[in-house]
Amino acid sequence: MPDAPPAFRAPLPSDPASWDMAASERLANAAVAGEVLADLADADDRIVVLTADLKFSNRTVDFERRHPRRFLNVGIAEQHMVTMAAGMATFGYVPYVATFASFVGLLCAEQLRTDLAYPGLPVRVLAHHAGISLGFYGTSHHATEDLGLLRAMANMTVICPCDAASTERALRTTVDHDGPIYFRLGRGREPDVHAPGAPAFEVGRLATLRDGGDLAIVANGVTVAPALAAAEQLATEGVEATVLDAHTIRPFDAETLCAVAARSGRLLVAEEHNVVGGLASACADALVDGGVGGVRLARAGMPPDEYALIGPPTHLYRHYGLDADGLAARARALLDR
Amino acid sequence: MPGNRTTDPAAPAALAAGAAGAAPAPLEQIRRRAAIVRNETLRLIEVAKSGHYTSVFSAAELLAALYSGVLRLADDPEWPDRDRLVLSKGHVAVGVYPLLAEHGYIPAELLDQYTRLGNPLGDHPDMRRVPGIDFSSGSLGHGLSIGVGMAQAARMRGYGSRIWVLLGDQELNEGQIWEAAQAAGHFGLGNLVAIVDRNQMGLDGLTEDVMTVEPIGDRFRAFGWRVVELDGHDPAAVWETLTAVPATDTTTPTCLVAHTVKGKGIGYMELSRTWHLGYLAPPDATDAARELEGFHA
Ligand SMILES: Cc1ncc(C[n+]2csc(CCOP(=O)(O)OP(=O)(O)O)c2C)c(N)n1
Ligand SMILES: [Mg+2]
Repeated sequence: MPDAPPAFRAPLPSDPASWDMAASERLANAAVAGEVLADLADADDRIVVLTADLKFSNRTVDFERRHPRRFLNVGIAEQHMVTMAAGMATFGYVPYVATFASFVGLLCAEQLRTDLAYPGLPVRVLAHHAGISLGFYGTSHHATEDLGLLRAMANMTVICPCDAASTERALRTTVDHDGPIYFRLGRGREPDVHAPGAPAFEVGRLATLRDGGDLAIVANGVTVAPALAAAEQLATEGVEATVLDAHTIRPFDAETLCAVAARSGRLLVAEEHNVVGGLASACADALVDGGVGGVRLARAGMPPDEYALIGPPTHLYRHYGLDADGLAARARALLDR
Repeated sequence: MPGNRTTDPAAPAALAAGAAGAAPAPLEQIRRRAAIVRNETLRLIEVAKSGHYTSVFSAAELLAALYSGVLRLADDPEWPDRDRLVLSKGHVAVGVYPLLAEHGYIPAELLDQYTRLGNPLGDHPDMRRVPGIDFSSGSLGHGLSIGVGMAQAARMRGYGSRIWVLLGDQELNEGQIWEAAQAAGHFGLGNLVAIVDRNQMGLDGLTEDVMTVEPIGDRFRAFGWRVVELDGHDPAAVWETLTAVPATDTTTPTCLVAHTVKGKGIGYMELSRTWHLGYLAPPDATDAARELEGFHA
């Protein structure tokens, strides 16, 4: 089949604000996964990669090129893919399965629970283009409930890195992790928060990216960069915000969260998820369980009773207040300013 | 409202010919509408800056025929007795919206703002936002089950509706398709027609390289379906086959395997996997429009 460059002249735009999906695929932070896994697989023959007719979107094709015999395309059959990986894991393999978050975190919820989490098998899920990052593809392609489902699964580890460096770090440090991991990845327009190679990243620990005593902003994935930008805006107004990167949702670092929240009593949670069931819920659980009273919690995310509008991703982030301006406004409201 | 048909105000006089109609083949209309589908897809993806050109181009003649009298429709998109069309390969929606506009179901101005913030027209169709869309789709593998549910319900309600489901060929990998196929055979749903857009490709390459879907006909036959193969780009063959499906009160579901070419109409897109999802910037889009003009001439 023809794999030659198509006969067209114009290069695809790569403006970070662009909603050009085709261009975004080239930059997906999942994009690092194929190469990183190929590197790891050079020295580890347990690693196999599976995808469901999306190898170009998630760049697992980069793994296929280097390890063709350990790459399996199962066709458009996600539920089968997850369960097939479970079967392989019982033979000592460490399978990585990759597809859009909506078609694994939601479509395969029961397979994730019953075939991976319950037996505690070391299968890793690369759930990319999560949240509303597929924009005008609409609700079928959005995953704004997956954290709610995954958080309730015993034995499951859930990691939501904010950029390419974090994704690489998360993959490299968890190969030997006992049990399944759900990596929730974006569409690839996440600006670099961390310098390549050296992100502060320890699975299971909240990372403090910025320190300030007036409020704390907890973010993960695509909301980390705007949370930092919002903190910069607020600083010019004399408001100092702590920014936490909650890259690990499960297990959740309740201890750090409670300590930080107790300091200012003001917590703004920013997540690309329904405000029910995800990061904000994890924070609320931690506060109540930890007996930390009097904290005002604001939830920025998808409204509890709505499915997203149609629109380009960046426009949707703005509409739902998940960009820097939106988060700064929520922070001011939280501080009654 | 899917209520009692006898209370329905829709005027049967407004009906298109319907699948059983003996009208002469409207081949010119089908050709004209196929051109609308391809040209408008080019234009709308220019607005979105991303879209599925090739998945629409393989289905252009099929959609054109469906909306040229195969589907039994009324002016009222909610007429209960109408035929239903389930776009199981929901990413073909950009090629359907222009036909809905031509049919008067949606204002043509909406097309100009395709995928813009708040517009009802997205990359995948939404039944709650777009009149004329019978079911929301986008997650592959669901559509045939929707069709089975609709066909069963139409029968229980006593409607004459025929239920059409447009499937991708790689989509046939999904297990749910075969759960639906077995049910359609089991329930004897002669009012159900699956059209497989056999354009030879999924997203990652040729279907038979990615994950085999053949023998499609034998697979459906094994579940009790009647199978007809056709050239999905020949307006006459499409019209004849789609209007020759059995009466809705028969008991064998029909699968039409439409042999097509993914990307048909733009030479370099044909059977090119790099164009499943793409964007032609203006100078190339102009060239492509010119090429389509030649193709449809
Ligand atoms: C459940 C699910 N998995 C994956 C996708 C992503 N996807 C969109 S189109 C496509 C390929 C479809 O191929 P085919 O069914 O042959 O349709 P065509 O575009 O060729 O008509 C894939 C994998 C999806 N939309 N739904
Ligand atoms: Mg196909």
